[in-house]
Amino acid sequence: MAMLEVKKVSMFFGGLAALSNVSFEVQQGDILALIGPNGAGKTTLFNCINGFYKPSLGEVLFKGQRISGLKPHQICRQGVARTFQVVKPLSRMDVFDNVLASAFLRNPTRGAAEKVVDEVLEFTGLEEDRHVISKGLPLGKRKRLEIARAMATQPEMILLDESFAGLNPTELDVSIEIIKGIKKKGVTIMIIEHHMKVIMSISDHIVVLNYGQQIAEGAPLEIGQNPLVVEAYLGEASGA
Amino acid sequence: MKKLLPLIILGALAVLPLVGLNTYIMHVIILAVMWTMAGIAWNLLGGYCGQVSFGHAAFFGMGAYTAGLLMHHFGISPWWGLVVSIPIVAVVSLLMGLVVLRLRGPYFVLATLAIGEVLRITCENLTPLTNGTLGIMITRTWVEKTPYYYIILALAALAFVAIRMIIASRWGYYFVAVREDQDAAESLGINTTLYKTIALAVSAVITGLAGAFYTTYMGYIDPQVVFSLGEISILIIMVVMVGGVATQWGPAVGAVIMVLLAEVIRSIPRLGTAYQTLFGILLIVIIIYLPNGLVGDFHKIRRIFRKGAA
Amino acid sequence: MWVQVEVFMQTLVAGILLGGLYALIGIGMTLILGVMKIINLTHGQLMMVAMYIAFWMFELFHIDPYLSLFIAPPLLFVLGVGLQKYLVNPVLKVESILPHNQVILTVGIGLVLQNLATIFFTSDYRSTPVDYASSAWYLSDLWAGTPVEISLSLPWTVSFCLSVSITLLLWFFLAKTDTGKSIRATAQDKDAAMLMGVNVSRMQVITFGLGAALVACAGCLFLPIYYLFPALGSQFTLIAFVITILGGMGSTIGAILGGLILGVFESMTATYVGMGWAPVGRFAIFVAALVFLPGGVASLLKSKKLTK
Repeated sequence: MAMLEVKKVSMFFGGLAALSNVSFEVQQGDILALIGPNGAGKTTLFNCINGFYKPSLGEVLFKGQRISGLKPHQICRQGVARTFQVVKPLSRMDVFDNVLASAFLRNPTRGAAEKVVDEVLEFTGLEEDRHVISKGLPLGKRKRLEIARAMATQPEMILLDESFAGLNPTELDVSIEIIKGIKKKGVTIMIIEHHMKVIMSISDHIVVLNYGQQIAEGAPLEIGQNPLVVEAYLGEASGA
Repeated sequence: MKKLLPLIILGALAVLPLVGLNTYIMHVIILAVMWTMAGIAWNLLGGYCGQVSFGHAAFFGMGAYTAGLLMHHFGISPWWGLVVSIPIVAVVSLLMGLVVLRLRGPYFVLATLAIGEVLRITCENLTPLTNGTLGIMITRTWVEKTPYYYIILALAALAFVAIRMIIASRWGYYFVAVREDQDAAESLGINTTLYKTIALAVSAVITGLAGAFYTTYMGYIDPQVVFSLGEISILIIMVVMVGGVATQWGPAVGAVIMVLLAEVIRSIPRLGTAYQTLFGILLIVIIIYLPNGLVGDFHKIRRIFRKGAA
Repeated sequence: MWVQVEVFMQTLVAGILLGGLYALIGIGMTLILGVMKIINLTHGQLMMVAMYIAFWMFELFHIDPYLSLFIAPPLLFVLGVGLQKYLVNPVLKVESILPHNQVILTVGIGLVLQNLATIFFTSDYRSTPVDYASSAWYLSDLWAGTPVEISLSLPWTVSFCLSVSITLLLWFFLAKTDTGKSIRATAQDKDAAMLMGVNVSRMQVITFGLGAALVACAGCLFLPIYYLFPALGSQFTLIAFVITILGGMGSTIGAILGGLILGVFESMTATYVGMGWAPVGRFAIFVAALVFLPGGVASLLKSKKLTK
């Protein structure tokens, strides 16, 4: 079943078309990667899905229901969670409280919420850091915290915006395991990433954007050999 | 031990009048407690929720005038102002919120400042209703200070407890999430507009209560005083900033300091009129060196003393 | 009927003259906002300081306020640079819970300035009664058969013309000189400017001084036609801010248009509603602009350009 349907979405800012006629579907349980050079419109697309922007044209459907035009918190309630490229945790609070704030969404009582936090912390490997003030976490753990906060809202679909950027190889492996774990839970995943090796190894499906337009879509192997994609993107960023 | 601290302080304050302090000192203490209450209210919206309002005089003044007008127009005891101000200030704050809460950061600051001033000028000009710049005079219920002291102490204690409970609850987490990153909070399912509105309304109502008390205690109010930007809005901000934003005891510490400073400075013959200058300088110093206030940046202060001793 | 037209025309003219001066006040603030992303809530107080300087020049040395244009602005430039370097810059580096520290800092500075003025100069209203204060030009002098009479008060008109000249000078400075271009570059993209060799921190300091100097000019131009008292500072800070928001933060053209719009609006309010309500009208525009047109007039201009 198509979890998310992006239908002919265009986004205009003044005279600039940040997105033009983008259409694709994300199947339930899949990992779909959104790739493309900087400025291609990937984060803008996330913003359209997540509710920060209302698409100028087109619509976004989640589980068959229209979500484009709803407010972000309503969309989260429906089951779509999202992380941000520039992580901004509740810096003066510790890890536990950070995740607790998100857990309250579906667990209004403190007891139930705390149980969810425990689960999520274990899942993301932040168990031992539960009382560390988030300001003092290294980047890798902060990115994991970002994922933890999103997972605590118990979503059916999660949008990850460059969760692997800036990580060293060890941290990278940990994060990849977490993503795989999310998939195992049955959560549909959509990620924006530049790390081609990671993309190729974990994605089920890839959509390529360039200058706001969708230039390719398909399985990793196809994309890797697509001349348009290689020219626009892969050729330049030699799969770091 | 730490958990009992509030009770101990409350107990100490409750028996304070028995020590037999003179009227002037009682007056200063009453003011300090009143400003603590207003500071606690502002802290909820500004310190914890991150919406820095420069217009809290609007709520203080509305509370004050509710009490005053009840007496002036209807002959009802101004104490009823404490009750009646709650719905009135709540409604006004909700209306204000519709306009102001969609604004971020410094825009919010200025919009609240503007609204505070609009209310002041409106109050000055609507003479048939408010008696304009002449103000309203009411008869005070008691001559002694002690009854007033216990009333404001009770009000402030209630405010303290209420805010403490709110901060520890789900709402408290939501407020801080909004403060730290509103967009992230929205994306995590938090209805930021709703919670900002709640913070504003609660903050407004408590400030309004302080204002209503002010009327019953002082016996005279006029727009330039109760809707004042410098004497009320900025004073409340200073109380919280000096004491410590987003801390429990910050407002209390700040209120004590600000009131003492104000009274001390005003009594020094030469320096008297310069108290606003000194306040301004204090604000500047705090902002640069102790931005989280005395309570919030306590570790910095300790470090300075340690360095000095060594 | 002609009387109605005459009242309207006179109000309009008065509004435009006022608007020209307002524009100068707004430009200073919007520059500071655009280059340093700092909201300077002591802008009006700086103007007040300049006005006191000009006033005392007149009182003690009989120097015409217009001549003080050569005295007050340079002094205020130095003051602005000092404030920026020693107070504003440290605050920007401080880590704290509330991000609005810089705004609160300028409020503190404004408080100090206003209170010091009250202490040293008292809150008595001051004015500079120059001999030409009540002179005026009349439309009937130029056009004998005019159906409506419009009077242009001499000092108002001179101030307006000088304001326009200063604005043109500023435009020239920003557009054609190296320093001016560096300032604009810093406003557009601080990091890019730095990478291209612009001494960003120096530009920021200069801009604050420039903003202060501009508002000092406005002060000198206002003195002959208005009266002076310390609380004028906060009034003008608010006016500057309304203009900045109305015009669009960081846009000099916006500030000019915003100033004119506000000037005309206030003039109309004073004539048709009543003097006391003018400040309320000011705030009403402010809130309306914030809510309905957050990008200011400048955003309207931009969108028109793009659709073309």
